[in-house]
Amino acid sequence: MTLLKVGGLTKKFGPQAVLRGIDLDVQPGERIAILGASGSGKSTLLRCLNFMEMPDSGTVALDDQVVGRRENELVKVRQRIGMVFQQFNLFPHMTAIGNVMEGLRTVRRFAKRDARARAEKELARVGLADKAETYPAHLSGGQKQRVAIARALAMDPELLLFDEPTSALDPELVGEVLNVIRALAEEGRTMLLVTHELGFAYHVATRVIFLADGTIHEQGTPDEVLKHPKKERTQAFLARHKEFSL
Amino acid sequence: MKWDFSSVFANTDALVVGAAGTLHIFAICLVAGLSLGLVVGLGRYARTPWFRWPATAFVEFFRNTPVLVQILWFYFALPMLMPFEISPLAAAALGISLNSAAFSAEIYRGGIQSIEPGQWDGARALGMSWGQAMRRIILPQALKRMTPALTNRAIEIFKMSTLASAVAYVELLQQGKLIASLNYNPIEAYTTVAVIFFVFLWPMVQFTYVLERRLRRSE
Amino acid sequence: MTYRWDFTPVLANAPLLAEGLVNTLKVTGVSLGCGLAIGLALALMRLSRHRLASWPAGFVIEVFRTTPPLVQLFWFFFALPLIVGLSMTPFLAACVTFSIQSAAFFAEVFRAGIQSIERGQWDGARAIGMTHGQALQRIILPQAVKRMIPAFMERAIELMKTTTLVATIAYADLLFAANELSQKTFRPLETYTVVALIYFVVIFLASQIARLLELRLARSGESTVH
Repeated sequence: MTLLKVGGLTKKFGPQAVLRGIDLDVQPGERIAILGASGSGKSTLLRCLNFMEMPDSGTVALDDQVVGRRENELVKVRQRIGMVFQQFNLFPHMTAIGNVMEGLRTVRRFAKRDARARAEKELARVGLADKAETYPAHLSGGQKQRVAIARALAMDPELLLFDEPTSALDPELVGEVLNVIRALAEEGRTMLLVTHELGFAYHVATRVIFLADGTIHEQGTPDEVLKHPKKERTQAFLARHKEFSL
Repeated sequence: MKWDFSSVFANTDALVVGAAGTLHIFAICLVAGLSLGLVVGLGRYARTPWFRWPATAFVEFFRNTPVLVQILWFYFALPMLMPFEISPLAAAALGISLNSAAFSAEIYRGGIQSIEPGQWDGARALGMSWGQAMRRIILPQALKRMTPALTNRAIEIFKMSTLASAVAYVELLQQGKLIASLNYNPIEAYTTVAVIFFVFLWPMVQFTYVLERRLRRSE
Repeated sequence: MTYRWDFTPVLANAPLLAEGLVNTLKVTGVSLGCGLAIGLALALMRLSRHRLASWPAGFVIEVFRTTPPLVQLFWFFFALPLIVGLSMTPFLAACVTFSIQSAAFFAEVFRAGIQSIERGQWDGARAIGMTHGQALQRIILPQAVKRMIPAFMERAIELMKTTTLVATIAYADLLFAANELSQKTFRPLETYTVVALIYFVVIFLASQIARLLELRLARSGESTVH
């Protein structure tokens, strides 16, 4: 059963066409790394999958059910898909555990006690049980992102979307976040990961997609795309990321 | 319920007289308020406390007292100290102008302070006096930034002109009261007065939005 | 001939003035409370994507910001009762006028406050499946309101001054008490001077408190909206 089926996705911002027809099937347990130059449409693609951006045309089907455009349907879909942002987007007026509990309490209508218990588990899973009562302003970037991951996990998502989760972090904080993502991958979670961390993508992904000009330029296993790219633009892109060493 | 504006239209000349009165007091208070405000605003910024403290006291007092109280004070209280009478126009104009001077003083002060110190340095390094620096370098730049706030002040002054009706000065609202009491048609009378004010003020408000947008773009 | 000041008749009638002050505060308080609630509703309507909500809200906001408060007061006290067939006490007319007028102002402050919250917060809220309303209620508004406190205080102080207008429709606020007292004691100079000072003290204190609040907010790192 295909978890996510995307057909003919297009998206324009004003006169600029960002996505020119994306077809994508995601099976359960797949970890797909999405690479590409800035402006290639990586973030837009991800944001179209949970309808944070509305595609101009094309279909998205979750569990073989095509998602309509009505707001109450979209709200339900977003409860089944988790998203982690480059800028964390934590709620500054709530503590770490408050952030993780928020979805459970407001969206899933858990009782406060149950939400808290679950939130404590998720915070422990990302290694931040001791920071539960801390406000985001007093957390490091890496800690903030881990809380954001815990917040997404608390909703029991069928699919996780990571939009450049480490791009806004200082280099020494990147590792702690990647470790959490790797652990999730080893659990067999289905995820789409937009990233510039090519080494990480190589080791964690089951499939790599290279986007250029709003379409899937090349895709395959990490070995195929990252070590032996066939297309010239993919090669040029990888050459620019010389720090990538296998 | 029937709306009958005919009695209002029959009294157009009364409304015209009222409008003239409104514009008259508006012009007086605008000029007096904004220019006195400039003097007081510069006084707030002066280096000697002899100018600073009275200016601050002036601003604090006239910003924190209601205009209507000031108008009535000038109309009823001041004549007790003066050998002459104070006309409704004088009382209302005094109250509104002093209040506007206090508010615009703060606008001027804020505008002047927003000019970076480097400009002062540049002017002084050329050997300019405080007055020359203020006049040639600081104020011209500050005035550009202050125009939206000052225009807002002008709009407020226009609205405050209605307070003069409390001492029976002949302006639009006073005429509206007159028409309403003579013709027993408060609905039509006051609606007409409201519409006239809206017609006067709406372009001014739109102008402020345009000014604010242009300012934001140029900064 | 110099004037001989005599404050005793004024001080002897202090209870009258005190009652007037209480009534001033009553009108201010009620109008502020209702104005906040109506203002939030107007702001949300103004921000709505449905023109049926945003246009009427925009109309109300513009009309109440572009007409003089005294004209509005007269209209609500003299004209509205004839239209609706209800009789209006001065207190009611004052509260209705100043509530809607404050609401028009607050609506713009709310709108600026809500729009000042960065888009990432909406993203974070929607990504966990919140509806627009839940995001607004749980995430956006709590952050926006903190930023708008200085503007609210500014308006509250402004409102305290505007309420003097009710004296013109014979509501027994502090200014009306001053008028009465001045006529009763034939001491307009002392009466109006004392009343002006009372207003000054009350409003000055309020604005100092507002200034302190704004300083504390600025120190805690909150940006503010005006």
